[in-house]
Amino acid sequence: MNRGDTSRRDFLKKCATGAAVLGAAGKAWPEQAMRAEGMPLLAAAEQTAAPGKSKVVIARDAMLRGTTTTVDSSRVLSLLDRAMQSFFNVDHPAEPWKKLVRPGDTVGLKINTLGGRGLSTNVQLVEAICERLQEIGIKAHDIIIWDRDTDEMDRVGFHTSTADNRVQCFGTDRIGYEDELSTFGKVGSRLSKILTQRTNVMINLPILKDHESAGVTIAMKNMYGVIHNPNKCHPNGCDPYVADVNMLPAVRSKMRITICDATTACYEGGPGFKPQYSWQENALMVSQDPVALDYTSWQIIEKKRAEKKLETLEAAGRPPRYIATAADAKHQLGTNDPRRIDLIEVSA
Amino acid sequence: MPHEFQSRASVRQKATGEAEVENSVREQEVGLLSCPLDRRSFLKCAVASGAALNLSALAPPLAAFPAAPVPQKQDDAQFTIEAKFYQKLENKKIKCKLCPRECNIGDRETGYCGVRENHGGTYYSLVHSRVCAAHIDPIEKKPLFHYLPGTLAFSIATAGCNVNCKFCQNWDISQARPEQVPAQYAPPKLVADLAKQRGCPTIAYTYSEPVVFSEYLMDVADAGHEAGVRSVVVSNGYMQEEALKTAYGKMDAVKIDLKAFSESYYKDVVTGELKPVLDSLVTLRKMGKWTEMVYLVVPTLNDSDGEFRGLARWVKANLGQDVPLHFTQFHPEYLLKNLPITPVPTLERAKAIADAEGLHYVYIGNVPGHPAENTYCPKCRRIVVERVGLTAKQMLISKGKCPFCGQPIPGIWHA
Repeated sequence: MNRGDTSRRDFLKKCATGAAVLGAAGKAWPEQAMRAEGMPLLAAAEQTAAPGKSKVVIARDAMLRGTTTTVDSSRVLSLLDRAMQSFFNVDHPAEPWKKLVRPGDTVGLKINTLGGRGLSTNVQLVEAICERLQEIGIKAHDIIIWDRDTDEMDRVGFHTSTADNRVQCFGTDRIGYEDELSTFGKVGSRLSKILTQRTNVMINLPILKDHESAGVTIAMKNMYGVIHNPNKCHPNGCDPYVADVNMLPAVRSKMRITICDATTACYEGGPGFKPQYSWQENALMVSQDPVALDYTSWQIIEKKRAEKKLETLEAAGRPPRYIATAADAKHQLGTNDPRRIDLIEVSA
Repeated sequence: MPHEFQSRASVRQKATGEAEVENSVREQEVGLLSCPLDRRSFLKCAVASGAALNLSALAPPLAAFPAAPVPQKQDDAQFTIEAKFYQKLENKKIKCKLCPRECNIGDRETGYCGVRENHGGTYYSLVHSRVCAAHIDPIEKKPLFHYLPGTLAFSIATAGCNVNCKFCQNWDISQARPEQVPAQYAPPKLVADLAKQRGCPTIAYTYSEPVVFSEYLMDVADAGHEAGVRSVVVSNGYMQEEALKTAYGKMDAVKIDLKAFSESYYKDVVTGELKPVLDSLVTLRKMGKWTEMVYLVVPTLNDSDGEFRGLARWVKANLGQDVPLHFTQFHPEYLLKNLPITPVPTLERAKAIADAEGLHYVYIGNVPGHPAENTYCPKCRRIVVERVGLTAKQMLISKGKCPFCGQPIPGIWHA
């Protein structure tokens, strides 16, 4: 992706004026990362949810596209800020990012481009995130926008960038997968070297869509893009494989937050883009609990299917069972109990 | 996926010295160095031996490979053809009819095998002419013991497999997607011509799982037959009947890996099913294809007397006494590194049970020098084919009969 010069200049200006703040930024850790690293289960981010609950924020902007069909960059940035500030209960747009990362981190932005143009993570959203990350001191070349395949990324507007002074943008096909297998459960997988070697933080940027075999594909299933053999993880509606992939230590320890791009979503015919089954939700969804986010998103898809007089995913023979599996005692990746989900909806 | 090593590199990675010995013996006796087509291995092979198989006719100039140890970006269009054996569904979905898994595949998704992709409602094979491993092997390595003993097979593979055996020895290609492994463009006629030039009467489809590259296999077999070169396939047999008849109908011989004789093993260790494989064996029998079977004996998982006996009885009842059955030794690999090498007495126990049930040709494999590598006449018990490791030392069968007592010995013995 080519970041605009304007953003970089803005960033430099902001760096010059806000340098004192950067060093003071603490590092917040999601619960799963703390578990993996043996840290106490207390984080600034977790404190923003009601006790014992996982927080999910849905921020919507009906005017996200103005009068055009594409999303407006400035409104996306504004929507992102509202979603993130609401999630972390803070007033300033930079504050949420200081709770997630700190200067020196190498931050991977795991996008989703399988669906092609029309149903992939928006370039505008990723640009907005890059801007906020740079504002708090993350160097441009310490940000890597990535998915599995460079050509797929290119086709939806994420153009290859590997220059030293720029945000990096390329697929795993450029540097390959680890030789050694990582395993949780039955399937062993080789992990993307972008995840294992090039980044120490992952921000998950999935989209909201229906899936032919899994039922839905949102936060957790986007991690199929970090393994070399997602094809081996599709039987039985991807259950328990989605949960298993999210249990891999490199995934668990590096994942900080999911920001689901629900500007355009799909309720049938996924994962490829089918205009007739897509709708403009004009929303971003934020959570540090991928199970809670997936459960909540699934309900949105079911609601849309009901509106369109389609049967439920259960009746269609493809309920996303992996969501419950991810919440079970073996995985404990989050909660799928709506009573334990603190759902916050904000609008423009 | 078959139980056949595909490269020196993968054998070197094995923890057991025995495999090294086996491989070393194999190379010396064949007099040719098996050489995979990826750049690093090719260079290793080329440097290691002046007798290395010259693949220059098959491989593009080495300079065409990337300098970094990264798979070269390949021109997918070169390797892509519309797949056979599938059904179009609504909403650009398809149902694969190649193997019993019958993957329902949405637009832009691949099947379980990873090498067949739905694009806009049309299903494509991504591995036609996309060879990721090529060796010249003795036919005994497949193993095919009753098929042209002492001859060479020009052996090829593409990426991909329709199961996921925890013991897979070639998982680095079988469990990879095509773009993740270096490969060469090898159209059917080129393979046939090379096989003939190198003195191989047979092309073997092996190492990964030929089921998933059926379209390519059929085209190569046709090209081979036109050039006077036969074809054999080393397969798991996990295939739908129509596809089996169409694709393997073009084969001159078939080796099927029967992984176990229990559905639970197939489910837990193979990620497949037993019943369709048994059905395939029966279908091959009805088709009159020369078929041999391998049973990889994995300690504690498929090595009970009951399974050996059940297997032998089923073979005798459904395929007859004359189907060669090879009990082969397991080596820790892939996701089963926690188990030991199969003890030789276990293999001998398996053979004894199968012998007692009345099977005529029961072999022990992966144990070089074991007397159960030889073929014995079931009537007079004399050796009719003597083997050491993967080499046929003596071939005494004449006109398909035991030279000592005249007992017919089934197989394809002469070109």
